[in-house]
Amino acid sequence: MVERSDIRVVRCGGSKVNLRPPIISTDSRFVLCASGDLVKVYSTRTEEWLHSLQGHTNQVTGIALNPANHLQVYSCSADGTVKLWDFIDGILIKTFIIGYPLFAIYVSEKHEGVLFLHVSMATDSKNECFQLVAVHPPKSAEQEVEAKEMSVVSSHISSNPSCTAFGRGGEYIAFARRLQLNVYFFRKQKTCSFSLKATDKKGAKNAFTCIACHPTDDCIATGHEDGKIRLWRNFIHKKEYTYSTQHWHHNAVNTLCFTPEGTHLLSGGIESVLVQWQYGAGNRKEFLPRLGGSILHISASSDGQLFCTSHSDNKITVIESSFKVCGVIQGLVKGDAVLTDLMIDPRSIALVLNGKPGHLQFYSLLRDKHLYNLDIVQQEYIYEAGLDQFEVVKAAFDIKGSWLATVEERGQKSSDLEFFLKLWAFDERTQSFVLNTTITAAHTDRIISMCFSSSEETTMLVTTAEDGQFKAWCQGADADTQQDQNFWSCDFVGSYHNLKPTNCSFSADSSLLAVSFQEVITIWSPETWEMLTTLCQPPGVIRDLCFGRLSCSKYLLGTTTRNLLCCWNLLTCALEWSSSVEVSKLQPDPLSENVAAFSYQSKHTDLFVFKPSEPRPLFTNKNVCSEKVHRAVFVPREEPLNNCDESSQWLNRSQLYFLTQNMDLLTFSTATEEDRMLSSSKQLVIDDSVAVTPFYLLLGKHRQQQQKLNTQSHPAADKPQQPQGSVTIKELLHTPAHVLPAASVLCSMFVNSLLISNTGVQQDPLREEMDSEKEEEDSEEEMEACDSQQELRVQGSVDEVTLKLSKAQERELKRVRKTDFSWMAGLIDSKP
Amino acid sequence: MASFKPTKVQFLPKLGEKVTEETLYWKNYKSPVQIKEFGAITKIDFSPLPPHNYAVTASTRIHIYGPHSQEPIRSFTRFRDTAYGGRFRGDGKLLVAGSEEGLIRLFDISGRVALRQFKGHSKAVHMTSFLSDGFRVVSGSDDLSCRVWDVPSAVELSSLTEHTDYIRALAPSKLNPDLFVTGSYDHTVKVFDMRSGSSVMTMQHGHPVECVLLYPSEALLVSTGGRYVKVWDLLKGGQELVSLKNHHKTVTCACLSSVGNKLLTGSLDRHVKVYNSSYKVVHNFDCDASILSMAIAPDDEALAVGMTNGVLSVRHRRHQKDKEMLTSRRRRGPSYQVFVKGKNFVPRQDDFLVSKPVKQYLRKYDKQLKSFEVSKALDTALQTWTRTSKPDVTVVVIIELNRRGTLKNALAGRNEEIRGCFCVLFFRHIFDPRFSRPLLMVGDIVLDLYQQVFHQSPVVERLLQRLMEVLGREAELQQELLQVLGILDTLFTSLTPRKEALAHNGMHVTRHDIEQ
Repeated sequence: MVERSDIRVVRCGGSKVNLRPPIISTDSRFVLCASGDLVKVYSTRTEEWLHSLQGHTNQVTGIALNPANHLQVYSCSADGTVKLWDFIDGILIKTFIIGYPLFAIYVSEKHEGVLFLHVSMATDSKNECFQLVAVHPPKSAEQEVEAKEMSVVSSHISSNPSCTAFGRGGEYIAFARRLQLNVYFFRKQKTCSFSLKATDKKGAKNAFTCIACHPTDDCIATGHEDGKIRLWRNFIHKKEYTYSTQHWHHNAVNTLCFTPEGTHLLSGGIESVLVQWQYGAGNRKEFLPRLGGSILHISASSDGQLFCTSHSDNKITVIESSFKVCGVIQGLVKGDAVLTDLMIDPRSIALVLNGKPGHLQFYSLLRDKHLYNLDIVQQEYIYEAGLDQFEVVKAAFDIKGSWLATVEERGQKSSDLEFFLKLWAFDERTQSFVLNTTITAAHTDRIISMCFSSSEETTMLVTTAEDGQFKAWCQGADADTQQDQNFWSCDFVGSYHNLKPTNCSFSADSSLLAVSFQEVITIWSPETWEMLTTLCQPPGVIRDLCFGRLSCSKYLLGTTTRNLLCCWNLLTCALEWSSSVEVSKLQPDPLSENVAAFSYQSKHTDLFVFKPSEPRPLFTNKNVCSEKVHRAVFVPREEPLNNCDESSQWLNRSQLYFLTQNMDLLTFSTATEEDRMLSSSKQLVIDDSVAVTPFYLLLGKHRQQQQKLNTQSHPAADKPQQPQGSVTIKELLHTPAHVLPAASVLCSMFVNSLLISNTGVQQDPLREEMDSEKEEEDSEEEMEACDSQQELRVQGSVDEVTLKLSKAQERELKRVRKTDFSWMAGLIDSKP
Repeated sequence: MASFKPTKVQFLPKLGEKVTEETLYWKNYKSPVQIKEFGAITKIDFSPLPPHNYAVTASTRIHIYGPHSQEPIRSFTRFRDTAYGGRFRGDGKLLVAGSEEGLIRLFDISGRVALRQFKGHSKAVHMTSFLSDGFRVVSGSDDLSCRVWDVPSAVELSSLTEHTDYIRALAPSKLNPDLFVTGSYDHTVKVFDMRSGSSVMTMQHGHPVECVLLYPSEALLVSTGGRYVKVWDLLKGGQELVSLKNHHKTVTCACLSSVGNKLLTGSLDRHVKVYNSSYKVVHNFDCDASILSMAIAPDDEALAVGMTNGVLSVRHRRHQKDKEMLTSRRRRGPSYQVFVKGKNFVPRQDDFLVSKPVKQYLRKYDKQLKSFEVSKALDTALQTWTRTSKPDVTVVVIIELNRRGTLKNALAGRNEEIRGCFCVLFFRHIFDPRFSRPLLMVGDIVLDLYQQVFHQSPVVERLLQRLMEVLGREAELQQELLQVLGILDTLFTSLTPRKEALAHNGMHVTRHDIEQ
C-alpha cells in the first residue's frame, strides 16, 4: 500500500470465525476460535467476546490446546509462525518461526513437545502439494525461537485439514486424500493405505471429505461426498481390514467428531442437522435440526459436556450434551456476494446487509458485534445444494430509520421470476421492524433499484424495474377511509420512451427525483409528477447517480459505462465538468459535500474523494486494493475527529467502509484515530482480568497480598495492609450471605487476614532488632533463665498473652526465638 | 435451534368495500320484518314521542304500528280515496293527512273520526305537515298551490302558487314556525317565509323533485329527484354543495339518521344507501321492490322502508344484549372452564415468572412438510374440503413444494382419481390471477408425467377436453381485451399531446395456453 499521508487502509471487523474448528477450554469456560489474524476468546456461558490474542500478521489457520498445559494454546498462521499463548490472560508466551505458510496444527498427548503442522511447500507451484511435518520446537528461554528442525511425516496430503486425524491419543495418524485413506503407525513407522473406487455400481461418489479417529478403540470414521459414513476397523492388517457403512446425510459429510469417551459420533453436513450416532449400536441416532447454515466443523470439550459446531453463516453454536443449544456466537455473515448494498440503520448506526439466507443482519461496526437478524422471507429454509430459494436482493432505509423496504427474489437462474416488495415499519415497543405491507406484483419484471425520499415529513419510495417503469409508493394513498390505515400503495407510474431504467436518486431536500433511463437522465418533480428536464451525455449507459449535498446541492453526478464521470449543474441544466475515470462505485457522504468514487483500472482500485463543485479531488489513494469495489458506505462517527490536515479532513465526520470482491470489509483510518485506539487498548489490558465481584474483592486482594508478602517485604508495601484488611472485613460483612463462598472456606481466610495485619506491624520492630542483635549477643547468657520462664507462660495462653504484650516484651520474645539453642542439643546428646 | 416456520397463506385484501366503523354500525341490523299493506306505501312517519310508534300511509288507510308489533295498533280508515302523507305533530298527539280528493284531515291519535277537515285544494294533496308552532298545517297539492291552514278554526290562512307543477315534497322548518321548503315537479325547490307571504329562495334541482329534507341545523337542505341527490347550503344563499349520483333510478325518499346525521336515500332501484359525512356511500340495504318511502326511528332503533308492492319492511337494530345471548349460548358447559383454568391468574408484583415454552401448533400439511413427506402433504392439501373452500391453502402448498424442488416427486405416481382432482381444480381456479401461475406449472408437470396414460381413463380424458375448450375461450377473450387496450391507447395518446406515454398498470394480460 502506498501511503502518502497518515491515512491507511485497515481491515476491520467481521472476519470469519468458522474457518477452523473452535476449541473449548478444559474447564468448559471458554471457546477459542481463529478469526482473521486474531484468536478470539468467547465465554461459553454468556457468548460474550472476552478478549482476543493479537500478534499474528496473517490469517490464523489453526489452534490447538497445549497437551502439556491446558491453560496454553498453540496457534499457527499463514505468516509462518506458531505462537504459544496463555489464553486466559491473553499473554503471548512464545513464538516459533517456521518460515513456511502454515495451514493447520495438530498436537497429541503421546508426542509431547512435537507439533504437527500442515505446510505448503512453496517450492512447488502446484497448490496440491501439502505436507504434514513434525516440528520439535527447541527449548529456550527466548521469546522468539526459530524452529527449523522438521521431519516430514507425510507428503501429498489433502488440503482440507479435517482429512487428518490422530488415533488412540497419537498411536497412529490417519489422513485421507481423494479416494485413498492412509494410516501411519508411529511405532512401526509404516503406512497402510486403503483406496476406494471413484464410483460404485449405484453411482455413489466415494471421495473422502473428513475423518475422525476413535479415542480408545481402533476405529476410523470417514465421511464421503455422497453422505455416507464408513467405520473402518482392523486396519492394522493391510488385507483383512473391514468397514461398515452408514448413510443418513443426503449430501457430503462436512465433519465428523467422536465424543471424548468414544460413546458417540457426531456428524454434520449441508443439511444443518447435527446427527449423533451411538457408537457400536448400528443405526441408532439423534438429531438436532435447523441450526443455521451448513455445519462445517464440530468439536467437543474434553469432558464431553459441551459441543461446538461452526456453520457456514459465520456462526458458532454451543450445544450441551443433552442436545440443547445453549449459546450462539454470531460473526458478520458474508456470503458469496452482498446482494443488497451496504447500508446504515439510522437508528442504531449499524451496518445492514443480507446475512443468513432470507435475513437482513444488523452489525455494529463500533463494537464488532452482531446485533440481530431480521427475518425477511419468513419461510422455512431448505438446506439443500442447488435449490433456488428466496434471497433478499434489495433493501433501503428511509432517512429516520422508521421504514425499511426490502425486495426478495427467487428464480435468478430460471425463467420464472418471483419477487416480493415488502415494507417494514419500526415498532418502538419491540424495537424492531414489523411487516407492514407486502406487494406481490410490484412490477412485471425484476426491480433494479429503489430509494426512499430524503425529506422528513413525507416518506415516499421509488422503485425502478426492468419492465421500463418506475413507480412511486406512498403510505395510505386512500384518503376516503377514516381510519389512518398506514398501508403503502402505488402513487405514480412513470416511464420514458419504454427505455429500461437503471438507477434512481432523490435530491437532498427531495424536491427532485432523478431517474436514469439507459443514456438519459430524467428529472421529475415528486409533488406534481411532472417531468422537468432530461440530461444526456452519450455514449454510455448511466450506471450510478447521486445528487450533491449541502452547498453543492445544485449538482447532479452520474457515471456511465463508458468511463465517464459527469457533473451537471441543475440550475443551468448544462454539463459542468466531466472526467474520464472508470468509476465502479460512487458514494456520497450524507454529512458533508464529499463524494467518494472508487475506480478500477489496470487491476487495482483507486479512491478519489472530491466535491461536486470542482473537478479536483480532495484526496486520492492509489491502489487501495487489488479487487474491484462495488459496495461502500459512509458511517457517521459518534464524535467527530478534528483533523486539520487537508487530506484527512474528509474523514472527520464520517468513516468510509467498503467491501471488496473477496468480501473483505475495509476502512480508512487516520493517525489520530489510531492513537486513540492504542490508548484505549492499553487501558483494556490493565483491567481485563476477572469481573469485580465482592468475592473477587475478598479473595483476589488477599491473594495479591500473599504474593506481595512472598516476593518482597518492603516496609512501604506492607504498610497499607491494615486498612485493606478492614476493607475486606467490611466487604465480607456487607455482602449478602448467598453470594459468599462456604463458611469453612472463609473462616480460615478471615482469621488469616487478621493475623497478617498483625505480622505486618510486627515485622518492623523485628527488622530494627536485627541490627541491634549483635550488640545484645553478649548479654544472651544472662537472660537465659528469665527467657525460659517467659516461654512457659507463652505456651499457657497464647492469645491473651500475645495481645497484652508490650512492645518491649515482644521485641524480647522475638530475640529469644532467633537465638540459637543448638548448643543445648549438643549437651543433651553428650549426656548419655 | 430455530423452530419450523409454517407455510404462510397469502392474505389478500378484498377489493371494493372496506370495513369501517360505519359499515359495522349499519350492518348491525337484524333481518327485516315484512308486513303486507293494501297498496303502495307512500309515506312513513315516526312519532317523536316514545315508544316511537309509526304511521304508515298506504292505499286508503293510515296504520299506526308499535315499535315491535306486526299488527297495526290503530288504523284510520275513513278515507274515500287514497290517503297521502300522514304525518305526526311535534307532540305526537295529532296526525294530519292529505288525500286524492283534495281534502286534508286532522286526526287525534286516540280517536277515529277526523277532528278537522280542511277543504280548498282542487286536486290531490300529496304532502301535508304541521308547522313547528303546532297550530298551523301546511299542504302541497297537485293544483300547483301550497296552502297554510289554521288548526283551531280550520280556515285557510294563505295560498302560495309560485310553483308551476305538482308539489310533491314538503319540509317545515323546526326552528322557525314561519318557514317551510317545498319541492315540485317543475324542477325547483323553494323556501317560503309566511311573514313575507312569498318564496325567499329558489334552487334549481334540474329534475322533478321527489323529496326535500332539512338538516337539524337547517343550514343544509337535501333534495332528491331523478337519479340525483343534491345538498344545498342555505347559509350561502342556496349554493349547491354536492350532487350525488349513486342510484340508477329515481330517488324517491331521503331521511337523516339521528346518530351523526347520516343521510339515507331510497330509490326505485330497490336500494337504500347510507352516506357518511363526506357523502361517500358507506352501506347499502337491498330491498325486494322499488322503494317509495322510508323513515328511521329516533336513535336509529328501526329503519322502516315502504315499497311499491305494498310491503313494509322494518329492520330493528341488534343490541349488545342479543349478541351476548348468542355468544353465551355457544360457550358450552365445563369445557370452557377447563380450558381457561389457571389462565386468568394474575401474578403479583414480586412473583418470579417462569415462562413455559410455547408449543407450536402446526397444520397437518405443515407437519408433513416438516418431515419432508411431500406426497402426503400434497394429498392433505388436495382433500375435497380444502380444495373447494380454501383453494388458497391448496395453492400455497403447491407453491411451497415447488420452492423445495419436490413438486414433480409429489405429483408422480398418482392414480386416476387424483388426476381428475387436478382437472377439477384447473377448471375452478385457473383464471383466478392469484392461482393461475402455480396451477399452470402444475398442469405442465401433470401433462408431462401422465402423457402416456391419459387415454386409458375416459373420465380424465373428457375433463381434459373440457379444459381445452375453456382455455381456448379464455385465450380468445384475452385477445379481444388486448385489442380493446390497443384502441384505448391510441385514443389516449391522441387526446393527450404530452410526450409521456400513458402507463396502464391494470390488467396485465399474459396467459399461456396449455398444449396437449
